[in-house]
Amino acid sequence: MKQIAASKTKDIILAKPPAKKKAVPTGSAIPALSGNSGPQNRERPEQPGSYRATLQEMLSFYREMLLIRRFEEKAGQLYGLGLIGGFCHLYIGQEAVAIGLQSALIPGKDSVITGYRDHGHMLAYGIDPNIIMAELTGRAAGISRGKGGSMHMFSTSHKFYGGHGIVGAQVSLGAGLAFKHKYAGDGGVCLAYFGDGASNQGQVYESFNMAELWKLPIIFVIENNQYAMGTSVNRASSEDQLYRRGESFRIPGIQVDGMDVLAVRGAAETALEWVRGGKGPILLEMKTYRYRGHSMSDPAKYRSRDEVQAMRENSDPIEQTKARLVEMGISEDEIKAIDKDIRAIVNEAADFAESSPEPDANELYTDILVEQY
Amino acid sequence: MAVELKMPALSPTMEEGTLAKWLVKEGDVVKSGDILAEIETDKATMEFEAVDEGTVTSILVSEGTDNVKVGTVIALIAGEGEDTAAPAAKQAAAAPISAPAAVAAPAAPSPVPAMSAIKSDPAIPAGTQMVTMTLREALRDAMAEEMRREPNVFVMGEEVAEYQGAYKVTQGLLEEFGPARVIDTPITEYGFAGIGTGAAMGGLRPVIEFMTFNFAMQAIDHIVNSAAKTNYMSGGQMRCPIVFRGPNGAAARVGAQHSQNYAPWYASVPGLIVIAPYDAADAKGLLKAAIRCEDPVVFLENELLYGRSFDLPVIDDYVLPIGKARIMREGSDVTIVSYSIGVGMALEAAGILAGEGISAEVLDLRTIRPLDKAAVLQSLTKTNRLVVAEEGWPTCSVGSEILAICMEEGFDDLDAPVLRVTNEDVPMPYAANLEQLALVNPAKIAATCRKLF
Repeated sequence: MKQIAASKTKDIILAKPPAKKKAVPTGSAIPALSGNSGPQNRERPEQPGSYRATLQEMLSFYREMLLIRRFEEKAGQLYGLGLIGGFCHLYIGQEAVAIGLQSALIPGKDSVITGYRDHGHMLAYGIDPNIIMAELTGRAAGISRGKGGSMHMFSTSHKFYGGHGIVGAQVSLGAGLAFKHKYAGDGGVCLAYFGDGASNQGQVYESFNMAELWKLPIIFVIENNQYAMGTSVNRASSEDQLYRRGESFRIPGIQVDGMDVLAVRGAAETALEWVRGGKGPILLEMKTYRYRGHSMSDPAKYRSRDEVQAMRENSDPIEQTKARLVEMGISEDEIKAIDKDIRAIVNEAADFAESSPEPDANELYTDILVEQY
Repeated sequence: MAVELKMPALSPTMEEGTLAKWLVKEGDVVKSGDILAEIETDKATMEFEAVDEGTVTSILVSEGTDNVKVGTVIALIAGEGEDTAAPAAKQAAAAPISAPAAVAAPAAPSPVPAMSAIKSDPAIPAGTQMVTMTLREALRDAMAEEMRREPNVFVMGEEVAEYQGAYKVTQGLLEEFGPARVIDTPITEYGFAGIGTGAAMGGLRPVIEFMTFNFAMQAIDHIVNSAAKTNYMSGGQMRCPIVFRGPNGAAARVGAQHSQNYAPWYASVPGLIVIAPYDAADAKGLLKAAIRCEDPVVFLENELLYGRSFDLPVIDDYVLPIGKARIMREGSDVTIVSYSIGVGMALEAAGILAGEGISAEVLDLRTIRPLDKAAVLQSLTKTNRLVVAEEGWPTCSVGSEILAICMEEGFDDLDAPVLRVTNEDVPMPYAANLEQLALVNPAKIAATCRKLF
């Protein structure tokens, strides 16, 4: 399996598996304070392995990641045509993270919350692409009836709690969802995604503290796509190995190759075992990469074209999965048939989103308050 | 069939741009992700990527062309086989480019009046026994009763459990309900406001205590951006039945950072309920209503009132309607509108004025949002003169709002200008004499009323 060395190299993702170097920190740099067992004495989760997917699972990983890719490309296109307005943050390149993690959850029991780059997480939960796309175009048929937009989408029936536009807010809110799981004793786990940028927000650490203090069932997932808008991790973070960010709260962290869906799924299994075992929160750092700009209006001049190309050519999550499928005996024709199928779904979503009517003017004043006073 | 490549909008505001450079030429085969062209917007030069695979058959706008309107076809790509039947060529795509104009269409609809069934305070039958109780006890009883009634209600905040409340409002709750439902937090307002909001989104009914609302400024993002707006942003899917409560306004001699009235701040936010009771009966009845409410509530108490005793009817399950003002004292010459601690001062002022032959009516707003406009206007109809007394700053205050309402909807009833009497427009000073000068008081309220005659 692939691992990412816990060194401060500038390699963003290692295309080749590095030497078997433990990604888990030893914590030996800081001596234990009296009264506390030092980090090195604490129980640690096992270093996760690569998930052994069945052919069927591998096919669904491929299919679902491809759906996100094509959906996002189409969203980019519709933005260019003026059909989507405002801010629109695409998930292209990061598909393996949402698919690898959410495929391990129990829908209806576990909850998911994320920031504004949320289209992929919704698709990963099987939410209808038509109503997601219709939300992006601001139509009445959209999942938020056209009143949320790209950054503000929710599906309470899937226990998908958004879709939040304030960087880092979803971390505290996610801890609240985990609090609910614990309070109700419903056995659910909250998966709270945030980016490398959000990992510098103060409320993240307030939430880490309380989550560990109260042993809340939550998996904190840092989707480290290397750039907080235009600022690279190294320029913004004094500790740039983000999986260590839970250390002072005694939250174990694992660094994962977020471009490899099997590595992600393997980490999800380990994390879920830990959290469902009542051991409190765990932190997963997903080393990933977004191919597009931060949002549609970001020219992404802060990185070289070569960097993006290298990532696409060597680490693309979908290409990796395709290669595995071929190894498993799936023919090019079968793969093409999936591709064709996905394009049809996405084209239909775009058609639906373009042709659906805008919200009725009366919707302006609905859903502000639940009750009448 | 060929796919039309159109001049893309590359920012929320872009209408046209310069096609700076083509990176492909006619006959080139491109695949998804290849850079086709560089386009200059007013802000930046952006790369334009291919989405579909195919061969560039013709370039229709040459490089260096300025002012290319968004949506103009700039090139054609012939696809390989069926995949290229993408909707890019569809006519429908062109129309919505001018979409923002649609916003300027017909006049916005008015808010739905929620007046259909105005609820009243429950009748207090003659002979109902009254008990004397402090505001602090009334608030505690409200929480305890609601916690007994509904297992999903819990209380969270700094020092609410083992310490029994920084101002002893949560006294005894830990003992009765245990540490799973009465939860001490670290000093971390932003974090626990977010956790409470998330728990409410998940289906619980949190009562979040801020030691004072001054500290809630650390957490205001979750109150406003997370709690208040999510129902709307989700098209009505998300619920956030949470109460944020704690002391608000000036205490005594605690200086500028601990003496501030946040009612106008929260009252400006659609999606929030804001309640600021004066006496113990209202505090109890409205806090119970707030905890049962499906909407997020900011419940503003007052430290100086915590220890004050009031009469409270002995009625099982005393719940009051949200959004309903109350006439505290009937009068015919001038209406004094107030809320929270200001109501007590207004009542004192009315007493002073009565001695001078001026009959003042005192209206307690109780709920600041939604504001009981009807009650304000009705009283104005009767007295034709109105003063707003507010323990807070004058600028953009609740008083400012009442003034606007009277101008817009009660102008014909006015015999004199509506006046505000508030704290001085300064940070709260520490020195005893300066603090007294800064604060509103009954004498200032009475003096303001006299100006109207």
